[in-house]
Amino acid sequence: MSKLLQRYNDRERMNHWFVVLLFVLAGCSGFALFHPSLFFLSTVTGGGSWARILHPFLGVLMVLSFLGLFLRFVAANRFTAADKEWKKQMGQLLKGNKSAMPAVGKYNYGQKLVFWLFACSLIVLLITGFLFWRPWFAPYVPIAVIRVAVLLHAIAAFVLVLSVIVHIYAAIWVKGTLRAMTRGTVTEEWARSNHRIWYDDAMKR
Amino acid sequence: MASLQTQDVVARSATTTPTPQVRSAVAPVAKLIDESKCIGCKACQVACMEWNDLRDEIGSNVGVYDNPADLTPNSWTVMKFFEVEPKAGNLEWLIRKDGCMHCEDPGCLKACPSPGAIVKYANGIVDFISENCIGCGYCITGCPFDVPRISPKDNKAYKCTLCSDRVGVGLEPACVKACPTGAINFGTKEDMVTYGDKRAGELKERGFQNAGLYNPAGVGGTHVMYVLKHADQPELEKLPRNPSISPAVSLWKGVAKPLAVAGMIGAAVVGFFHYMKVGPIEEQPEDGKREKEGS
Ligand code: HEM
Ligand code: SF4
Repeated sequence: MSKLLQRYNDRERMNHWFVVLLFVLAGCSGFALFHPSLFFLSTVTGGGSWARILHPFLGVLMVLSFLGLFLRFVAANRFTAADKEWKKQMGQLLKGNKSAMPAVGKYNYGQKLVFWLFACSLIVLLITGFLFWRPWFAPYVPIAVIRVAVLLHAIAAFVLVLSVIVHIYAAIWVKGTLRAMTRGTVTEEWARSNHRIWYDDAMKR
Repeated sequence: MASLQTQDVVARSATTTPTPQVRSAVAPVAKLIDESKCIGCKACQVACMEWNDLRDEIGSNVGVYDNPADLTPNSWTVMKFFEVEPKAGNLEWLIRKDGCMHCEDPGCLKACPSPGAIVKYANGIVDFISENCIGCGYCITGCPFDVPRISPKDNKAYKCTLCSDRVGVGLEPACVKACPTGAINFGTKEDMVTYGDKRAGELKERGFQNAGLYNPAGVGGTHVMYVLKHADQPELEKLPRNPSISPAVSLWKGVAKPLAVAGMIGAAVVGFFHYMKVGPIEEQPEDGKREKEGS
């Protein structure tokens, strides 16, 4: 049995899973209105009218709770010069050639990219969402603005979902990662092989 | 009406398979509004209220004849009055009966996300099936004529039905029946285009050189058409010159829709096969540790 390192505290983990819950609910009620083949998702939140009523509230709540994650993790997700090398070797990693990858800190370049894609798509979703929120806000917005807003809202939602797919896949693909969010701890082996610099810092502490 | 099946639905919102349309051997219909014959009496407005059991709130006079000032969830047609000078120094009083244009290519139907909340019948009438309406307002976003209105009472969108219930049993729309001057005509689209062109010709002879039929091609033509005295300047009466579904709406509810769904499903499938091909990234024990543990 190897030793365990603390990666997330309870607050961080609960915040994360609250965002996940709201993402699922806002995602279902939102994508139900995007393509007919996804309309069945509206039943998750109680049918078409309820999906339409609840979606903006769920979305705003998701953004607010993501803000908690953002503030906690933004510092660790700043891009650094070292990310360039990782980016260059990304193709190797995807081929399963882990040994080519440079040592990284708490997050690698891919994780940082996903983090910023989350943040950017959520802010676009928030702003555009208000512009066509009926019955309260849309009546005060010019129709030409609404038409662009709905398009941008859909694009941002698409980017968010793609980012989440990458995010979830990475958590499954890299063995030993999931427990970081489910238990809060990771094994020393996981930390050493995936986040060498973070591991060394943790050992010094 | 939705429970009385019509079997002549040629287009249905948010629906990807063909709709029941076996009984579509009907001629497309159209309403032709001849503004040169309109005296602004609002009999059509009253007939619409009567037939459809609508009563708008009593509002306040805003200083012009328009009353109510605009279309509302309870006023599906409204007479609009315009004091304009098509030629400088030549004041004219134009009157236009506003309401749904019943587009051949309806932007409301294209934008609507709720299956079956908007349908188009074989005769060309675009109808809101309100029990399927979820109140999102996308029809307003899609409409090039600013027609649908959402009721604050029930959060459903409403607009002129072209009296689909009357037309369905061989009657003319209520407004057509009520008009005392014959300014509103109803018949097959073909007949109405012919008649409209004839009327425009007559108006030209009487000095309105730019008279013409308003049947905008950008939305595939409409099933409500106008004979305008100044067809070269539809803006005089707040009609768009070249209405069409906005490119943003076409993109959003056009190519973007299937592409995005394919992209999301595709990403998940690619992930699945990547895992199966490459396999997971395992935790690597420290060099030499395995031997130690094994010994
Ligand atoms: C069911 C879906 C999800 C799963 C299984 C999942 C799983 C995980 C896991 C295992 C980590 C830890 C990664 C590490 O420490 O290296 C993590 C971190 C994180 N997750 Fe999620 N997650 C999901 C959905 C989401 C959603 C919807 C969002 C926000 C839109 C989100 C935002 C974050 C953020 C900001 C982090 C911090 C790490 C970073 O990206 O820099 N997650 N997630
Ligand atoms: S005028 Fe507007 S509401 Fe009427 S059919 Fe055309 S798009 Fe639909």
